[in-house]
Amino acid sequence: MTLGPVTSSTDVTPPAGEEAPVGSGKAIEGRSLGRIAWTRLKRDRVALTGGGVIIFLILVAIFAPIINKFLGHPVNEYHQDKIDPNLGGIPPVGTWGGISSEFLFGVQPVTGRDLFSQIIYGSQTSLLIALLATLLAVVIGVVVGITAGFYGGWVDSLFSRFMDLILAFPLILFAIALISVLPPTTGVRIAVMVFIIGGFSWPYIGRIVRGQALSLREREFIEAARSIGAGNFRIIFRELLPNLAAPILVYSTLIIPTNILFEAALSFLGVGVPPPTPSWGRLLSDAVNFYEYDPMYMVIPGMAIFITVLAFNLFGDGLRDALDPKSNR
Amino acid sequence: MINFILRRVVTSVVLLIIISVVTFGVFFMVPKLAGTNPAELYVGKSATPADVAATARKLGLDQPIYVQYGRFVKGIFVGREFASGTNVNHCPAPCFGYSFRNDRPVWPTLIDRLPVTISLAVGAAVIWLLGGVLAGVISALRRGSILDRTMMIIALAGVSLPIYFTGLLAQLWFVHDLHWFKGGEYINFADDPFGWANKLFLGWVTLALLYAATYARLTRAQMLETASEDYIRTARAKGLRERSVIGKHAMRSVLTPIVTVFGLDLGQLLGGAILTESVFGLPGIGRLSIDAVSTKDLPVVLGVTLFGALFIVIANFLVDIFYAVIDPRVRIS
Repeated sequence: MTLGPVTSSTDVTPPAGEEAPVGSGKAIEGRSLGRIAWTRLKRDRVALTGGGVIIFLILVAIFAPIINKFLGHPVNEYHQDKIDPNLGGIPPVGTWGGISSEFLFGVQPVTGRDLFSQIIYGSQTSLLIALLATLLAVVIGVVVGITAGFYGGWVDSLFSRFMDLILAFPLILFAIALISVLPPTTGVRIAVMVFIIGGFSWPYIGRIVRGQALSLREREFIEAARSIGAGNFRIIFRELLPNLAAPILVYSTLIIPTNILFEAALSFLGVGVPPPTPSWGRLLSDAVNFYEYDPMYMVIPGMAIFITVLAFNLFGDGLRDALDPKSNR
Repeated sequence: MINFILRRVVTSVVLLIIISVVTFGVFFMVPKLAGTNPAELYVGKSATPADVAATARKLGLDQPIYVQYGRFVKGIFVGREFASGTNVNHCPAPCFGYSFRNDRPVWPTLIDRLPVTISLAVGAAVIWLLGGVLAGVISALRRGSILDRTMMIIALAGVSLPIYFTGLLAQLWFVHDLHWFKGGEYINFADDPFGWANKLFLGWVTLALLYAATYARLTRAQMLETASEDYIRTARAKGLRERSVIGKHAMRSVLTPIVTVFGLDLGQLLGGAILTESVFGLPGIGRLSIDAVSTKDLPVVLGVTLFGALFIVIANFLVDIFYAVIDPRVRIS
């Protein structure tokens, strides 16, 4: 995830009249908001580190099979010889949960499966669900937010009440209950989780987009577009959307970590992707039974979730600071 | 003001009705669409079709969905009867039906579990509100200092840490390794207040950490923005002491968004409580719902979900009222 989208989406910002939205007026002529943001972001080492970690994690998820071939073992291969037979057949042989040059992250208690492979493949589950859910949330949120903010009036009231309604659902309760009554096959679970996570997180995007659209539609450049005879569709797509790109990008980056946590929480509670598909949340919930004998089994998936979520938070924060001229830096 | 309250009451009630319809619909329609019969969930897979049909009749599951919903709502307000042959069970109001698993009425079960969840939620809320706001204010006043940076790093880490991970780590270090806290069963406040606090303390802190981090960040940002306002400069120019400039003038506008977020969080707290309760083995409403979900105990799941929704709606209502009290502009719009 580089800054590609920012630069491209703001570079296509049409007519020069609106070239200077919110606060970039101070900028030297000819520099787009995207360019300014990129210069600022380049100076923000913390955010860049976050971005680097995100790229690394995405690459790991994509190339999981190849990485695993060289550094891990087949995901569901049992290595009973790595389990200490003297201690009830539970903890792995050796210290630190059986970490060795052969098993980089140690092995799972009892079964002796390679934890490294589980983590690598778990990143696929986590990122796939979180990113798809975010995509869904952004699409719904932007469509509803723009419609509400641009048209105003009863359309706005209707959509706003609808967003309030969704935010009033007891989220996790509703999600676990709904998932539990549906068939527990991997494909269905992934689809349902994407729909639930995305379906409950879009109002956050929707509210922000609505607010922005509401204030933008009163601006002169919209009025100008209207006066030369541009239709609603054209105004929304060519005038409004490019100006909303920045907040949409920032808040999508910031709901990804929430969605990752949500996915992991559902898996932790036993309603995530079913085994044998590896999942960080399920590893943690499994680790609950063993943490007294094998703390590393809990620490490793926990750290995986923590690092991923932190990276997205750092990058999202940096992106917001870079794109928002009002930020306190 | 009375007008405002009335309007809010109406919105809240409408909200609750919609939520109950949706939830009810989801729990009794979706299993059907997915090919399972709720009555089958009640009697179990090995039962004969005749048994299933009899159960469906007894629970009223053979009726169309709107009739079922009507009976369900009636049960909540005036109670309802379940008849099987000559046996008639009266379920007094508020009746949320009977558990599929142990035939206990849902409502008393909920009430039994409530004190645990309330204990957890209130303790955590006090810690995160005080801790988060205090940390945020100090950070903003000492902006750029090492203290500020350290606290903001901790806060960012806190936002990124899953409750179930911090909970397990806390459990491992403080209960298992250091023995600072006792594991074991939940203890009622009335029986032993110290035991109660001892058992809940780690849960409070774990749950609070997540929220405190958000509040610290929010308070800091809000405080920095407010501090550059003209009226703050005016207050300083008048020669007010820094204490009352920050404490009285700035805090009022800092607290407004905090209150909004607090209301939303308090409502959704049940979600965090589910995770905390399952990590620390606290027998609260969260645990109840997880157990009910894993045994497909629909009436309990439905009861808990609606209860959670009620919680959220009430929290939002109270926040709106409180909001109107501290910010008079809200009342007019």
